Amino acid sequence: MADKIIKNLTIKVWRQKNAKTAGKFETYKINDISGGTSFLEMLDILNEQLINEGQEPIAFDHDCREGICGMCSLFINGRAHGPDDDITTCQLHMRKFKEGETITIEPWRAGAFPVIKDLIVDRTAFEKVLQAGGYISVNTGGVPDGNAIPISQDDAEEAMDAAACIGCGACVATCKNSSAMLFVSAKVSHLAKLPQGRVEASRRAKNMVAKMDELGFGNCTNTGACEVECPKGISIANIARLNREFLAAKIKD
Amino acid sequence: MTVLNSKIPAGPLAEKWSKHKAAIKVVSPANKRKLDIIVVGTGLAGGSAAASLAEMGYNVKAFCYQDSGRRAHSIAAQGGINAAKNYQNDNDSIYRLFYDTIKGGDYRAREANVYRLAEVSGDIIDQCVAQGVPFAREYGGTLSNRSFGGVLVSRTFYARGQTGQQLLLGCYASMNRMIGQGKIEMHERNEMLDIVTVDGKARGIITRNLVTGEIERHGAHAVVIASGGYGNVFFLSTNAMGCNGGAAWQAYKNGALFGNPCFVQIHPTCIPVHGEQQSKLTLMSESLRNDGRVWVPKKKEDAIKLQEGKMGPNDIADEDRDFYLERRYPSYGNLVPRDVASRAAKERCDAGFGVNAEGKAVYLDFKYSIERLGQDVIEARYGNLFQMYEKITDVDPYKEPMQIYPAIHYSMGGVWVDYNLMTTVPGLYAIGEANFSDHGGNRLGASALMQGLADGYFVLPYTIGDYLADEIQTPRIDLNHPEFAKKEKAVTERFQNLYNVKGDKSVDSFHKRLGNIMWDYVGMARNAEGLKYAIEEIAKIKADFYKNVRIPGDFDAMNIELEKAGRVADFLELGDLMARDALNRNESCGGHYREESVTEEGEAKRDDENFTYVSAWEYKGENAEPVLHKEELVFEEVKLTQRSYK
Amino acid sequence: MSSFLSSSIGKKLIMSLSGLFLVLFLLVHLILNSFLMFDSTGELFNAGAHFMAMPVIRFGLQPVLFGGFIVHIIYAIILTLQNQKARPQKYASQNLGNSSTWSSRNMFVLGGLVLVFIVMHLMHFFVPMQITGEVPMKMVDGVEIHDGAALVKALFTTGTFGIVYTCIYVLGAVLLGLHLAHGFWSSFQSIGMSNIIWRARLERAGYIYAIFIAGGFTIIPLYLHFFA
Ligand SMILES: Cc1cc2nc3c(=O)[nH]c(=O)nc-3n(C[C@H](O)[C@H](O)[C@H](O)COP(=O)(O)OP(=O)(O)OC[C@H]3O[C@@H](n4cnc5c(N)ncnc54)[C@H](O)[C@@H]3O)c2cc1C
Ligand code: HEM
Ligand code: SF4
Ligand code: FES
Repeated sequence: MADKIIKNLTIKVWRQKNAKTAGKFETYKINDISGGTSFLEMLDILNEQLINEGQEPIAFDHDCREGICGMCSLFINGRAHGPDDDITTCQLHMRKFKEGETITIEPWRAGAFPVIKDLIVDRTAFEKVLQAGGYISVNTGGVPDGNAIPISQDDAEEAMDAAACIGCGACVATCKNSSAMLFVSAKVSHLAKLPQGRVEASRRAKNMVAKMDELGFGNCTNTGACEVECPKGISIANIARLNREFLAAKIKD
Repeated sequence: MTVLNSKIPAGPLAEKWSKHKAAIKVVSPANKRKLDIIVVGTGLAGGSAAASLAEMGYNVKAFCYQDSGRRAHSIAAQGGINAAKNYQNDNDSIYRLFYDTIKGGDYRAREANVYRLAEVSGDIIDQCVAQGVPFAREYGGTLSNRSFGGVLVSRTFYARGQTGQQLLLGCYASMNRMIGQGKIEMHERNEMLDIVTVDGKARGIITRNLVTGEIERHGAHAVVIASGGYGNVFFLSTNAMGCNGGAAWQAYKNGALFGNPCFVQIHPTCIPVHGEQQSKLTLMSESLRNDGRVWVPKKKEDAIKLQEGKMGPNDIADEDRDFYLERRYPSYGNLVPRDVASRAAKERCDAGFGVNAEGKAVYLDFKYSIERLGQDVIEARYGNLFQMYEKITDVDPYKEPMQIYPAIHYSMGGVWVDYNLMTTVPGLYAIGEANFSDHGGNRLGASALMQGLADGYFVLPYTIGDYLADEIQTPRIDLNHPEFAKKEKAVTERFQNLYNVKGDKSVDSFHKRLGNIMWDYVGMARNAEGLKYAIEEIAKIKADFYKNVRIPGDFDAMNIELEKAGRVADFLELGDLMARDALNRNESCGGHYREESVTEEGEAKRDDENFTYVSAWEYKGENAEPVLHKEELVFEEVKLTQRSYK
Repeated sequence: MSSFLSSSIGKKLIMSLSGLFLVLFLLVHLILNSFLMFDSTGELFNAGAHFMAMPVIRFGLQPVLFGGFIVHIIYAIILTLQNQKARPQKYASQNLGNSSTWSSRNMFVLGGLVLVFIVMHLMHFFVPMQITGEVPMKMVDGVEIHDGAALVKALFTTGTFGIVYTCIYVLGAVLLGLHLAHGFWSSFQSIGMSNIIWRARLERAGYIYAIFIAGGFTIIPLYLHFFA
């Protein structure tokens, strides 16, 4: 599996000092990158190069580098998490790029996700939505035995499908309306599919949607782009469920 | 000199915890409202503790360095979580879980702690189910279990290959509820850099706001360290990029003892290092060893051809393959514990039989099980993992064996704590991977998640009350106390010193150098000579670091290099302590393998006579040698035996 | 209730219900128009048009229809403006081609063009027939009624404009079809009446409906232009 070596790459990347200053694109050259290098390792190499030249390295978010923490977040060549499907940026490898290619890297762009620096954005809006209701109200202790309430395998699996969301924000970044419906619906669906979460399902849907609207995310127009770029394959069937839950809850009011 | 008092309650093992709970003090609800607790870390340990403490009525301030509490590295755990529920009716019990954990830890953990862990394990599952963790279920709607390396019962609960993620999202949801109610004050992107003690008691922390670069003061009546493990001292590990030893290290530098620093776990099934620029290693679940066979070529010339890329694994006939685990350990075969499997791989590669260009990989082959069970069965079991492997390596594991190699995975060592999880500094607690307490010399699969949640949900919330009951008269901590000013100044200076070096080498270059030394001399196999060499080399790297490190960017703004520099500064000191501890422990035990202490067949040999103790190191100042304290381990219940997997 | 209608999902509900209402209307409209092709005397069509001009319908249903349009358009504008605002800084390069359909991304443009077309369409037929009354008359069973059929035929066949109008009407039908290719399925999704299985079905139904509507409204002017 001798990996190809990409001799020349041009990296066009968004640089922005902080939230208050305006940003702009800078262009850098980078050479001799092996196809087996991950995209973020390529940026590490570029940063090492910049540091050696006495420049400030490019700031980008990342942590686990194995596609589960949801911290990495780059818009690469016009696509959230870059030109591969079902993966996060940290799982993207350079073999997906061509010799001599210019790679454009931008931060997630959404009013609700302001840029903090370079490619790092502030996703606390997601936290706030979850704080508004993305939980089951139980205290530690005093709960029934784990097997006390049987849950059908199908329901458990469906809940798990929705619960797989890593909160990366690619859905918002991709959506032409910067809508957070996929993210919110994933949490609402996960909990609504379980008997434990059913109890406060109406309250949850109402509160989370209200918070989502308040924070300046756009309105969903069902384009479906989010589910295609979602690294965890969260389906927009969850959005239909959220709509259902919300409308049912509001009708009851 | 600090006298180590582990505060293990008297009485029969099975009654210790309940008697202890009955004996310790409780804080009234009205008083809880007046007490503040700082929790550093939002992983399984910190997250569950923060949520539980807030629910009880305390005011909690939680910290993490990521942009969200949900991203703590607990999220990456794949396999599962153990609990002695005996749902499978396979004669599992609290005692059996306790026994497996003690034995798995090679008899270097405290009986009382481990027993308590097994005791509360069942409650954890109930709690998680109530929070909406979507554990795998049977058709009848009951919870599923799987078995995990080194044990004879099925007691591992799991949520697909994302158990850690789901458990973490469970306690993170509970945290969110408390944040929404104003009971937890959440500080994301905020790194703890020092601990403030007043009159010998922990009263707060100094942090750096990673967005603004500001140094901040935070006060509380007690401080809980739940900052995870320090595997990243090796640079390459399965930990996240930001995992650090910093918080635990500051505890150490402020008077807490550091327990068993040399005990780190090496996981046998990780994707091998690729080239020079690798930044982290990816774990492939241990479950793969259930159906994969591990081998290298029998003939040296085949190995050389593989290394040069002139031949592929499928060109080697079955009779020319050396299934070395099956050969050496006929009864456990490919399922020997992690440390044994890791060392065996290293042994083969060191002998020149490695199969990739670097000569540092062995094969994990599914050909045989595909022949036996069919591809669809294998796909159903491991589809996700195979896909992940292919994304990373561009090799299809259905057609060609996987390449794997051991990597640093977990740190059993950590801040020394007593039975109440309190360090030697009053009011300072350590939970989860950050403490040393429950895994001895080696951790069993699926036990770390259990420990983190046990500490956070069911142990600390009780034991912390015993301390806080005496603090109800203490008013809210005054941030203008001179101790805060002093520590803030010290932290600022520490970072300014680094920033002002203005040398010509990147932080990463030092981290990599440290990592190489650690891996080569304080890694899978250690000897006195190598360890002494490592101590000298680390000192050199450290000196060079403070002379030549280059940190571009602004000091008082977001500065990624400055963050990394602070962590590497800690790792340089921690690496030194690990080497010292490894040097002191002249026995092979769990993840710690001393080449001087082996049986005739080359297997690890424990030395119970001389080393049945926890090494607890005391910090003595910048240029002084640390002092070793020993907590003798007393085994009342189990008999010490040599592990054998032959 | 007010918080309901101002919520994003509430607004979507209105969009969806008004859209579905228009979907239904289009069906009736197409069936009525198709009478032009099945009866060359135009009597069937005229009878239909006459029926549609009855006071109950004219003063009862027509305002509802107009209301539906107005609501649909107002909410389309509100939603689109809000969505524009949700991304103050645009991407330098964005490749949505492989993640969503063109029509789903251009509903406002498509809707806007359809609106332009509808206004023109109303000037051609609705205004003369129902407001100014500048329509050829015809005796049927001793009663004088509007000969709408003649009006329509005249538009598509008279002089060089015949072919121009034919083209414009075909274009209008295609734009409407594109709007519906996404809109039909989307309206069910918006009110939560979809899941993984039904989604595929509804999408298919949406395409069939869109093709049916676009095809129907294309064939009629072509037929009239060439065969009337
Ligand atoms: C790849 C992988 C797979 C694993 N699989 C399993 C498994 O299947 N079963 C099992 O039982 N165990 C497994 N483990 C081990 C287990 O996941 C960890 O030991 C456990 O989750 C640690 O939890 P924790 O809460 O102690 O720390 P973490 O989850 O690491 O959390 C640390 C927290 O501390 C914060 N923090 C750290 N330093 C600072 C600082 N200076 N200032 C402020 N905040 C700070 C971080 O932001 C984070 O929130 C696995 C580990 C890895 C790496
Ligand atoms: C006969 C004419 C029309 C029909 C049958 C129709 C039908 C529909 C339907 C069914 C939807 C889907 C609703 C949903 O997603 O919930 C829709 C969406 C939309 N329509 Fe129309 N429409 C028509 C005219 C117009 C006009 C004149 C405009 C004008 C500006 C317009 C603008 C939009 C927009 C922007 C959307 C997308 C909104 C969203 O999905 O949130 N439509 N239409
Ligand atoms: S729904 Fe998908 S894209 Fe959106 S935050 Fe979750 S994982 Fe990321
Ligand atoms: S860095 Fe964790 S998902 Fe990419």
